[in-house]
Amino acid sequence: MKAAVLIQRWYRRYMARLEMRRRYTWNIFQSIEYAGEQDQLQLSSFFSFMLDNFTQLNGNGPDLISQLLDPVVDPWLDRETCYNMIPVPELYTGPRLSFPLSVSDTNALLSAFKEQQTLHARYVLQLLCETKKLLKQMPNITHLSTSYTNEITICGDLHGRLDDLLLIFYKNGLPSAETPYVFNGDFVDRGKKSIEVVILLFAYLLLYPDYMHLNRGNHEDHIMNLRYGFTKEVMQKHKAHGREILQLFQDVFSLLPVATVIDGKILIVHGGISDQTDLDFLSSIERHKVSGNKQTSNQRSDSSPQTLTEQMYNFTSLDILWSDPKTQKGCSPNTFRGGGCYFGPDITQRLLLQHGLQLLIRSHECKQEGYELCHGGQVITIFSASNYYEEGSNRGAYIKVGRELVPRFYQYQVSRTTRKLTLTQRVRAAEGSALKALKEKLFSHRSDISFSGSVSVSEWAQVLESVLRLDLPWRTLRPHLARLAPDGSVDYQSCFEDMESGISLPQVTSNLAETLFRYRTDIEIIFNIIDKDHSGLISVEEFRHTWRLFSAHLGVDIDDSAIDDLARSIDFNKDGSIDFTEFLEAFRVVHKLDSKDQQLNGKMDGDKYL
Amino acid sequence: MADSTQSAEAIVSDVHKKIKAAFEAFDYESNNTVDVREIGTIIYSLGCFPTQANLHDLIAEVEEDHTGYIHLDKFLPAMTKVLLDHKFPSIPEDLLLQAFEVLDKEKKGYLEPEELTKYMTQEGEVFTQEEMDEMLTALADHEKNLVYYKDLISQLTIDPDM
Repeated sequence: MKAAVLIQRWYRRYMARLEMRRRYTWNIFQSIEYAGEQDQLQLSSFFSFMLDNFTQLNGNGPDLISQLLDPVVDPWLDRETCYNMIPVPELYTGPRLSFPLSVSDTNALLSAFKEQQTLHARYVLQLLCETKKLLKQMPNITHLSTSYTNEITICGDLHGRLDDLLLIFYKNGLPSAETPYVFNGDFVDRGKKSIEVVILLFAYLLLYPDYMHLNRGNHEDHIMNLRYGFTKEVMQKHKAHGREILQLFQDVFSLLPVATVIDGKILIVHGGISDQTDLDFLSSIERHKVSGNKQTSNQRSDSSPQTLTEQMYNFTSLDILWSDPKTQKGCSPNTFRGGGCYFGPDITQRLLLQHGLQLLIRSHECKQEGYELCHGGQVITIFSASNYYEEGSNRGAYIKVGRELVPRFYQYQVSRTTRKLTLTQRVRAAEGSALKALKEKLFSHRSDISFSGSVSVSEWAQVLESVLRLDLPWRTLRPHLARLAPDGSVDYQSCFEDMESGISLPQVTSNLAETLFRYRTDIEIIFNIIDKDHSGLISVEEFRHTWRLFSAHLGVDIDDSAIDDLARSIDFNKDGSIDFTEFLEAFRVVHKLDSKDQQLNGKMDGDKYL
Repeated sequence: MADSTQSAEAIVSDVHKKIKAAFEAFDYESNNTVDVREIGTIIYSLGCFPTQANLHDLIAEVEEDHTGYIHLDKFLPAMTKVLLDHKFPSIPEDLLLQAFEVLDKEKKGYLEPEELTKYMTQEGEVFTQEEMDEMLTALADHEKNLVYYKDLISQLTIDPDM
């Protein structure tokens, strides 16, 4: 009937336009995320710089900085962890693990984490020690067979989302002989429950080493953890033993296997491959010696130059952990991420043929449906953290594969709100968040985005693209970002009309404020490292010293006296120490049009985009 | 005879002008290429309302071999055809209203979810169950669970954000 067709067409077109908005919202989130990873390079090189130039501010023992940054201790060696010496108080009501672990231990962990309890540091350390011992025995590539097991379940990135992990276990069953699992990396960072997620995974690994398999991801790396939240989470939840725990995590991460192969036919790695990937070579390397991080992979613990073989180890592992598939043929450096490659369908084809494989399963990229096929079905991306960018932004998924080696997909979405949102509402909400995040980026670079005289839309878009290095449809977004003047040129200041800094300090020039705002993530990380006793305070002296180094490294021209003024003014109670949470507050961007509630929410969600 | 050919040519020339104008707005290097990311906006600005699939197909036709760019040379003929054939016309509100009224046989001013479902999933370009569920969630009044189509038409047709 004609009427029906008309209505269907109208509705579908409306959906198409909504879809377009959803896509550019997605674009925004993803671009900002990857650009952040690029900034990671900046931070890593700063750390190297600090190591060379930093004199110990108080001479008591080794700095956390050197411990965290210097790949000094070979992860293979046993650290002195005296977890036995750590007393567990009577009042502690959390799980008390006994090793070797049994099902009652893992069940206790599940209940405890559901009840928001934290595992005591003593057990965390013991668990990590045992995990380390186990991993040392494992090869770089795990080989699995479907003939001994039922279907194997393969999960992608979890990023500290405990709810998603629990949902998977609920829908699919706990790990067991009947339900073997492969978790494909990126268990930590970004989400708020990274510790709980990774403890559960390691616990099941210890309980069922034959049915639980883990691959390393690019976030199983201490430098990534510094930036993306895992280090912070550990320090906050374990104030007394955080550092020891982090050291052990560092060891354990570097000992994780890098690939899994099922029936000699399906290859599973976290990122992807390159034209240099060779599985035999990959099997032979000493994986604990390679860093998952782009920057430190060029250093050796004794600072001697790397041999060619060692360099090859590092590039190989970088490719495995960081690469992304592309539609065009060939293999090119992944400049967007700053590490690994973009690999085309011909590269995939070649590798699969070379090793008699038929499928590559990888993760590393968030997909709206939780999974995506490419390269003619030869590559599957699987991603298991639902609502990754925003509530309702994407589903999570896992794959089940049986003897016939045909993958089946299972999708889910954790929903925190019981109120059902329409697609329109979800798109609008996500769009709002994305645009806010984008505007903050613009705000933090506003001195670089200045024009003399009137500027056309094209010019404006061009400058934005080159300054922010974000791959976005700027002209399409323009109406959301800035107004047009009556003559058709862009009123670029209108973009910042509804934004201002949190607290205005009279001594702070706008130049300084902007620089501090732009690098606030990095500054926070550095503060966390310097604040050895986790008091939330650092001395004015430490602040000045660090800031001078940082700005020297960045080549930012900030007057020394401006820094001194700043330090003094931040020291609100004049006792020689700075509460850096308060300090960072000053450089948070406030969106004036938000209601009070939204501002509070903005504060908590701010971490999401970092 | 000469007159009608002239007017046909004039029409085509007009269409070409429109397309070129819309195109130029996004051609920032002034080399007759635009970023493929902006093509949806250009097409909508020309008054066309393709579905996502239509958009995909059109882009596949005109994109320069995955370079991420679309050249005017390819876009112009393809888009001209779209406009001359009225391929993805917008649906005028009154026509839409009439369509709903046809379905609303009892002239109640609203449709019940079951009624709408029946038509959408059984007639015309049939909806999938998922599409139907989504449509009901989007269009049905939350409290009364009825589709008040009159209000919806004005709400949804005017998309203030684009």
